[in-house]
Amino acid sequence: MSVTHDARVQLLPAATAQRPAIRTWPEIDNPAAWIVAVILLIMPLIANGFFLIEIFATTMILGTIALSLMLLAGYAGMVSLMQLTIAGFAAYMVAVFGTSDNANISLGWPWWLAVPMALVLATLFGTLGGALAVRTEGIYTIMITLAIGAAFYYFTNQNWAIFNGHTGINNVATPRFWGVNWRADIPFYYVVLGTAALCYFAVQYISRAPFGLALQGVRDNPRRMAALGFNVNAHRIAAYAVASFIAALAGVLQVWNYRQISPGSVSVGACIDILIIAIVGGITRPIGPYIGALIFVLLRTFALDFLVEIGLDGNRFRLIIGLGFLAIVFWSSDGVIGLWQRWRNGVNESKRPATPRPGGGHGHG
Amino acid sequence: MLKGSVGLIALSALFLSGAAMAQEKIKVGVTATLEGTYTVLGEDGIRGHQTALNVLGKKIGDKELEFVIASTDATPDSAVRAVRKLIEQDKVQILLSPLSGDEGIAVKNFAKTHPELTFINAASGAQETTYVDPAPNFFRYNMDGAQWQVGLGKYAYDEKKYRKIATVGEDYSFIYTQVFGLVLEFCGMGGQVTNRQWVPLGTKDFASVIAALPDDVDAIYLGLGGADAVNFLNQYQQAGGKAHLMGGSIMIDQTILSSKGNAKNALIGTIAASGQADTWEDPGWQKFVKAYQDAFPPNKRFPSPSLLATNYYGSTMALILGLRAVNGDLSNNQSKFKEALAKLEIDAPNGKIKLDSNRQAIGTNFVTEVVDDGKGALFSKVVKVIPNVNQTLGYDPAVFAKIGLPSRTVPECKKY
Repeated sequence: MSVTHDARVQLLPAATAQRPAIRTWPEIDNPAAWIVAVILLIMPLIANGFFLIEIFATTMILGTIALSLMLLAGYAGMVSLMQLTIAGFAAYMVAVFGTSDNANISLGWPWWLAVPMALVLATLFGTLGGALAVRTEGIYTIMITLAIGAAFYYFTNQNWAIFNGHTGINNVATPRFWGVNWRADIPFYYVVLGTAALCYFAVQYISRAPFGLALQGVRDNPRRMAALGFNVNAHRIAAYAVASFIAALAGVLQVWNYRQISPGSVSVGACIDILIIAIVGGITRPIGPYIGALIFVLLRTFALDFLVEIGLDGNRFRLIIGLGFLAIVFWSSDGVIGLWQRWRNGVNESKRPATPRPGGGHGHG
Repeated sequence: MLKGSVGLIALSALFLSGAAMAQEKIKVGVTATLEGTYTVLGEDGIRGHQTALNVLGKKIGDKELEFVIASTDATPDSAVRAVRKLIEQDKVQILLSPLSGDEGIAVKNFAKTHPELTFINAASGAQETTYVDPAPNFFRYNMDGAQWQVGLGKYAYDEKKYRKIATVGEDYSFIYTQVFGLVLEFCGMGGQVTNRQWVPLGTKDFASVIAALPDDVDAIYLGLGGADAVNFLNQYQQAGGKAHLMGGSIMIDQTILSSKGNAKNALIGTIAASGQADTWEDPGWQKFVKAYQDAFPPNKRFPSPSLLATNYYGSTMALILGLRAVNGDLSNNQSKFKEALAKLEIDAPNGKIKLDSNRQAIGTNFVTEVVDDGKGALFSKVVKVIPNVNQTLGYDPAVFAKIGLPSRTVPECKKY
């Protein structure tokens, strides 16, 4: 493992090496991160049920799925379109092993058995898909993962024995214990927040751990890494396994959120939405997918109302969504994160002596 | 990130204050399929809804109705998402939703989590929605897919002398319910259904389906709708198909009969059954058709309202009449309103409608045949009117329960 230690030393610029706290967790030293964390924690005091669940919890669920894509694309250079499929698979497994209205399908296990089972199976599913995909590169990886996603969608649509076809599985039971209904708005919000935070910091950690650094090495130059004695494919498959687990966690939250799952949730369009979220937010850092998800959810929810408000035909609301994404990608090839980065660099250029690090970002609304 | 979050909080505060403003309005949420395969159907549903508002007005005593429309794409997920948005963000008190079969099942289940609100089904027609474990606050003033097929099997057997048929249908609950109604009656008469093909909703390439259509049948039954039906007809015509056709309720409908191109001409002479017939002489129906035609310019509507427009008209009518019966009183978890709805009997354009104990419509059904009006427009002409069709299709409820729920293979082709 001495090789990876060398790699880390090379990757870290001298300036940051002087502040070890930042090297491990850059958030600790960033006031903006603390403010965001506090706001997220006290959100139930500010927002009502709709904003809490439909906007923020949904953002964090979609963001976590996109985070798993960010991990693969950003650190390992593999664009996987099947992350939503893995989440959907986990969601279906929760419905199948747990309790729902479809008594002939659901096995009725308690949630603490059904959820681990779903996580294990979904991780396995994603890892197997990954094992197939790592034999390819670039556009072929996209193709093969898209094929897996499309195949799963059509399979759920037509399989009635396990997935209950187009109708899907309704009234999936959500956990209640310690006298708390964990699907009630406020407890559920904290469950989602906790899971999202866990996944976020896990990815943040991985990016600095030897495994993550090796992964980035594999991304940048697989041949050299192989020559150094790394098993390139094993690293890539391991990355898929980690990403699958993260996506599966989000999938469990998703099925609890809507209490139902049906093929529309795992459609090819929805798979691509995850890619859009990750690209719009930016795949260079773990916060990107969450910002992308927020923009996506806000546009999806309010575009129709907005058009009607300004007196246009509400039926054209998809146009606004498309134009919004087009604009972001046009101005910044690395998403909103990139815009922010450039703006910050610009400010730094002009008043470097006064403020070494301005408080926060802007303009992702 | 910081400024963005602050902006969001400001935004949420704005919406909160908006919701807190007290006003003498009754808010109603409406969903329609304004995206995806069934877009045309959703758009015409909204036209039917607006026609009802033109005719009946928005006033309930001294209160006024306010409508918020949300879009879905015929998938259950999109329907639940839209309904949740309407309830949680727009604070609607009554729902007029949804349009499509599987959406109906999902929204009915969702309705149970909001027992204080009232859900009036807009147009969806899966049997399961009101037949299996119905929600006490979910009311359906249109018949289900099986009720809409009553009379077709008998007419095909007796009048058209069809003995063997095959079916092609979209692979979801509403079409299962339609085929259920057809097979039950047709096989009950002694006919045979030799082959049932199912295609996913949103199929674009029907080549393999068309190639697999059997030759040795008297007719082919089509249970398709929206863009799927038009795609099928185009490809069927190009493949040189010449078989006799039979149609489901959203296949032989203005959404298809007024589509562009000449592929629809394959449908002339096709027999079908539905909750309406375009050329029915009844004065109530004619008045509705006129109101619909007057409400929109010819290029923004169909020549005659589709089944979806009629259903949305009927459900909006039930909503308004129900509210007027209690003078807009929604107190005590809307209990008076719900009672009034359960008892309500509406004089809908397509015949009288009342509800059974599951809050499911008992109404009139029509067997029709497609005719050309001489100017290139196609209409469905009434050949038979069947009043008082209930959800068990006239079967004894115990016998009906034994048949099972509509699915790809249920019911079997036999006499029950």
